Amino acid sequence: MESKISISNLNFFYGKAQALYDINLEIPEREVVAFIGPSGCGKSTFLRTLNRMNDTIPIAKVDGTVLIDGEDIYSSKTDVVALRRKVGMVFQKSNPFPKSIFENVAYGIRINKMQTSKSDLNDRVEKALVNAALWDEVKDRLSSSAFGLSGGQQQRLCIARALAVEPEVILMDEPASALDPIATQKIEELVVELKKDYTIVIVTHNMQQAGRVSDRTAFFMLGKLIEYNPTQKMFTNPDERLTEDYITGRFG
Amino acid sequence: MLSALMTGLTSACAVFAIAILVLILTYIAVRGFSAINLEFLIDTPKPVGEGGGIGNAILGSVLMTVLATGIGLPIGIGGGVYLAEMGSNWFGSIVRFLADTLIGVPSIIVGIFIYTLIVLPMGRQSGLAGALSLAIIMIPIVARTTEEMIKLVPKSMREGALALGAPEWRVTWNIVMPAAASGIATGAMLAIARISGETAPLLFTALNSRFYNYFYDQPMASLTVQIYNYATGPFDVEHQMAWAATLILVGLILAINVAVRYLARRRY
Amino acid sequence: MENRIIDQQLDRLRDKLLLLGGTTERALQRAMQSLTNRDSDLAQNVLREDKVIDEMELEIDRLCIEILALQQPAAHDLRFVISVAKITPILERIADHAGSIAKAALILNTEPQLKQYIDLPKMATNAAEMLRSALDAFTSEDAEASRRIIKQDRVINKSYKRIFSELIEMMISDPSITNSAAQLLFAAKHLERIGDYVKDICELNVYLTEAAFIKHSKGK
Repeated sequence: MESKISISNLNFFYGKAQALYDINLEIPEREVVAFIGPSGCGKSTFLRTLNRMNDTIPIAKVDGTVLIDGEDIYSSKTDVVALRRKVGMVFQKSNPFPKSIFENVAYGIRINKMQTSKSDLNDRVEKALVNAALWDEVKDRLSSSAFGLSGGQQQRLCIARALAVEPEVILMDEPASALDPIATQKIEELVVELKKDYTIVIVTHNMQQAGRVSDRTAFFMLGKLIEYNPTQKMFTNPDERLTEDYITGRFG
Repeated sequence: MLSALMTGLTSACAVFAIAILVLILTYIAVRGFSAINLEFLIDTPKPVGEGGGIGNAILGSVLMTVLATGIGLPIGIGGGVYLAEMGSNWFGSIVRFLADTLIGVPSIIVGIFIYTLIVLPMGRQSGLAGALSLAIIMIPIVARTTEEMIKLVPKSMREGALALGAPEWRVTWNIVMPAAASGIATGAMLAIARISGETAPLLFTALNSRFYNYFYDQPMASLTVQIYNYATGPFDVEHQMAWAATLILVGLILAINVAVRYLARRRY
Repeated sequence: MENRIIDQQLDRLRDKLLLLGGTTERALQRAMQSLTNRDSDLAQNVLREDKVIDEMELEIDRLCIEILALQQPAAHDLRFVISVAKITPILERIADHAGSIAKAALILNTEPQLKQYIDLPKMATNAAEMLRSALDAFTSEDAEASRRIIKQDRVINKSYKRIFSELIEMMISDPSITNSAAQLLFAAKHLERIGDYVKDICELNVYLTEAAFIKHSKGK
């Protein structure tokens, strides 16, 4: 198994409170890994350790190693800006910027000075929108406000925005939890499609969603990784009693 | 039953509040309108019976408001950004507390403060002193509204930008600030409307002038002080002109408020 | 949260399956009785009852589909529903075989008794016992018991071979009894098939409890 991300002995603290205990996990390249578990189990916190989004919390402390392509992202040499470019993120609530559709996608490109010319910028924006399966719906109104899009479109815009900076890994924190079934289905199809080029980690409360889109599933509880197995195995015959109880709704 | 009673009661209160406002505005309009003419708008005050106007007062008000805004707005917005983005420490708490206190201080006290600090050393009242006292009134208002507006920007939007690899200052500058812009503009315009109606601090600081004065180092006329002078005079003609000047002032503040509405409408 | 909505549904499903199992078992016993006791009325009864069994099968199918669609079961729940859905048609087929035995009995009862029935009733008792214990093992989710029952199928197969050669010999020595002998042979063949079906039920129980597929594998 070719690991894109390799996590060993990861502990995480909010001040004195420990939120993650001794996590060991290997995430293979170009696969979809789903994190499931009850609210507050630490799955989102864990997701955010993978692009150091927790750095914004002053009292957060990380202990252990996270290797991406063999490089320790918590080493003092790590360029957080470059890391976040490589490890994109899509959030639970779609969060477009107060800008036009075009500028939303162009933002990351501009920030990272990736464009070589005006037409190159246009091309990059178009490519990102195409890959996020949004281009056809917005190509005639690129300069109108991103807030005019529907919830599902906004979320795909956020995915396009993340894709525009050419990441290798995409972290998704419950990307469809606020969407209706049709918009959810589009996001899920997109996830499966994106798997060809990206390594994807998705946090979800929707068990069926984990089943539909992921290759592997990790089950977290109270800050501990309880079980990590191929999704097919998790949902038909989990190894752990706790996993079984969770996915069959015996607690939740 | 109770619900109908409450509806009736609250509507009565609303009607009462609006009625008073309409009454005041109508009264001002009726009393002031007849005295307004071009001469009144551009002339300087003259001895009673010789006509005269409020041209220099309008200019003075505008000049002092512009300078006060020029000083107060950047400082206020900057302070607000600091409070919102980095102000969650002891220093931020102190600044916030002082700003809140300053908002509550009667404006005449600000006038006395500037009088001691600027007017006495300079040896005379001036437009500069007037503008400074207005700026001092403005800063805490702008700072606190800016802070509140920035805090209203969803955390998720900030994180979205950070996740793209944007450094903190860029996130503040080109994501958070634009998102809060219309709110900040509203706060700024309301602060401007507030200072353009101030009289008390100007009495000590800018004093008044009977002439057109374009220089900030000289005493300067203002609409509010002019209204005060006309209104406290013994003659009916003066009272008449006070009403007219009041109508102009109310009109200006109304114009600013309309501008606020226009700016506050969301573009994105 | 031990009182899940799905639990009530699964309990209903289990009850229905056991009812179907019991009815099938009874049909098998009565079909054999109609044969050994030469009781044609009983044979008719068995054939009539087959409709009830078909009805039960449909009901279980509907409930399985409903649970899959509305409750989206996972893990053990999922394996349980799937097992029940696969066991149900097996039971229905066993009941069909019982019906065929009853039909054979109707024909045999019109002719003089060929010989004392000894091996055949013994084989039938074995098959019925296997069926009952297979259903018991399913209810108690006892995979070990299921594995033991699977091995018992050999006994039935042996009985079948013995009866087969015995009847063939009889047919060769006295061609006039060919019709009766053939009917008895059919009955034996039905019992042998029932043994195979019971084996399938046992394999599904191993899947339910251990999530292991032992079908078509050597190391059972």
